[in-house]
Amino acid sequence: MTGSHQTLTLLLFGAFVAATLAITRWAASRRQGSSVEFYAGGRMFSPMENGFALAGDYMSAASFLGITGLIALFGYDGMLYSVGFLVAWLVVLILVAELVRNCGRFTLADVVAARVRERPVRIAMGASSVTVSVLYLVAQMVGAGTLVAMLSVGAGGAARSAAVIGVGVLMVVCVAFGGMRATTWIQIVKAALLTCCAVALTVLVLARFAGDPGALLSAAAERSGHGGDFLAPGLRYGGDWTARLDFISLGVALVLGTAGLPHILSRFYTVPTARAARRSVVWSIGLIGGFYLMTIVLGFGAAALVGSGEVRDANAAGNTAVPLLAEELGGGAGSTGGSALLAVVAAVAFATILAVVAGVTLSASAAVSHDLYASLSSRRRYGEVAVGRAAAVGTGVLAIGLALPAQNLNVAFLVGLAFAVAASANLPVLLYALFWRRFTTRGAVWSVYGGLVPAVVLVVLSPVVSGGGQSLFPGVDFAVFPLENPGLVSIPLGFLAGWLGTVTSREEPDAARHAETEVRSLTGAGAA
Amino acid sequence: MPIDDPWHDDLASGRAEEPRPPASGPPDPPHPDQDGSAPPRPHPEASAAVYLTVQRSAAFQRVRGSYRRFAVPATVAFLGWYLAYVVVATAAPDLMARRVHGVLNVGMVAGLAQFATTFLLTWAYVRHARRHRDRAALELRWETQDMTRGAAAAAGAAYAPDPAYVPGASPVADPVDGPDAPYVPDGATGEHAVRERESVR
Repeated sequence: MTGSHQTLTLLLFGAFVAATLAITRWAASRRQGSSVEFYAGGRMFSPMENGFALAGDYMSAASFLGITGLIALFGYDGMLYSVGFLVAWLVVLILVAELVRNCGRFTLADVVAARVRERPVRIAMGASSVTVSVLYLVAQMVGAGTLVAMLSVGAGGAARSAAVIGVGVLMVVCVAFGGMRATTWIQIVKAALLTCCAVALTVLVLARFAGDPGALLSAAAERSGHGGDFLAPGLRYGGDWTARLDFISLGVALVLGTAGLPHILSRFYTVPTARAARRSVVWSIGLIGGFYLMTIVLGFGAAALVGSGEVRDANAAGNTAVPLLAEELGGGAGSTGGSALLAVVAAVAFATILAVVAGVTLSASAAVSHDLYASLSSRRRYGEVAVGRAAAVGTGVLAIGLALPAQNLNVAFLVGLAFAVAASANLPVLLYALFWRRFTTRGAVWSVYGGLVPAVVLVVLSPVVSGGGQSLFPGVDFAVFPLENPGLVSIPLGFLAGWLGTVTSREEPDAARHAETEVRSLTGAGAA
Repeated sequence: MPIDDPWHDDLASGRAEEPRPPASGPPDPPHPDQDGSAPPRPHPEASAAVYLTVQRSAAFQRVRGSYRRFAVPATVAFLGWYLAYVVVATAAPDLMARRVHGVLNVGMVAGLAQFATTFLLTWAYVRHARRHRDRAALELRWETQDMTRGAAAAAGAAYAPDPAYVPGASPVADPVDGPDAPYVPDGATGEHAVRERESVR
């Protein structure tokens, strides 16, 4: 690691930060006082813009750094992330996007609250949305810390912490002053940057193998030290049944989680109609699908060109596979080309993290002010947007506090946890509210807590938190739940609790409100 | 992926610019978007009856049926195919490790096939919605909004007509969507008009 690439990284990164602040300033000069502007950016984005922004929100550090790292270390088993993250968009496209756009206004809870008693449901869904967002934020900030640690070897823990804090503060500023309009434009810029960067690296990797993917895979298998097993299931999740169940659990969480992520769903409110929402999903599926295909090439490329052992030595969780690959592609460590490419990739990865942190922080702040504050505070002394800004600050501080001790976990894996919680707590209630005629208030509340509480408790009791070498608290052992991802248990529990709550409640299902939700969701009548 | 608008011209030039029926009822409570903190408006009895009527109408049943006939089998199919991909990898790793061509094994091919089917189903869904559902749904939207407005007006006239109310003075006009809106999507004339019409409710 020489000084020259650090200077270049800093320059590029500084340019992105400057652009971010300029966008924020521009957005802040518009009327930020109204909630349509703050949470939905005025609702007049085009499908293409929103498609890029959705892709920008979704292609997080977990994808760019985490997935490629997992593929570089575990081959086929890492690919599950790429496949699951993409297939999940079919759930969003077919079951959720248009209907949510038609029924809601700013948050997930709007959709459900239209059918049942509002207050308890808003409190429950606000709490679950904040939980998901904070988990997601921690993953992104861990990614930021890893990057900095890699770029400035020797600077140690202080530089990491400084990076985590810096990212958090910058994005809180952006969200608090720029609202959804600034956040959306930052996502668009970032999605374009990230896509270009991934295309360039993919082309360089394939060029090394004369355009032959077969040669790439053979080289990856050979260099990984596992031979043919590298391309077959089982390296990470093989062996005993616990590990195999963990694989299934992760797979289920990935595919069902996206449709429960608050920061993805709130993007549909930035376009004018349900049809525009559908078209933005088509854009994002195209962008995201292409991107995840490239992560597969980059992951195997890192295994083939850098070597799985070297990737693991640089970062045990594999988070630095792409930067190392870039350095190798540019001519190797110490060369000018290597330093330059490393600097570019590092800056793009940093921009990625910044943008995602902004998107998630905004949705967390919407959940706090639009759902929690509006329901819990009886007098509502402060305006909703003012509370939203304060909530953005609070969320940022909380996420920074949690991210500092979690530096050794793989970011893709952390995101997998956020997906599991989203799929358990948010998806069942959303689907029930949209499609089930008999659904009642008790069903809604039970469904949220019935998914949220088991998901969080099972994570706390899992090997992620205690008992293992890579746990948060390696010294103690209260890991009674064997799986690392709770999805396999907590998602069915969320659905079950919603059903149980509905059939046991004495409340008569409200036929008129069901009719209203159904008609509005499918036709768009009365949409905001 | 460009998707054309079957009703684009229809919207831009036709119905959307119809004069609004004169409203005679009291103004609605301010739109919640304005202060932002208000929950979605409570639905009055009148509009509840409208939504029940629309829900029972044959036109709506057709839209809903069309949506469900595609969405349910498609969801079952892609979730089943994805779960099979995940479960087979854990239950029968040897099968997934079998070579198909060169270094490519069944697992890698299945993974890439997941990408292909996702793109294919996206295309099929959008096409189906455009051909079988969009136009009917949009017509229903207008009819429903006209009916809710009519019902609200009738209910309002029966109670307390407010002389201060100016027909057409929209209580919702959202300045952000005004002339300075930075971007005008295709068909925006129509979409914007829908919002305007909506505002009189």
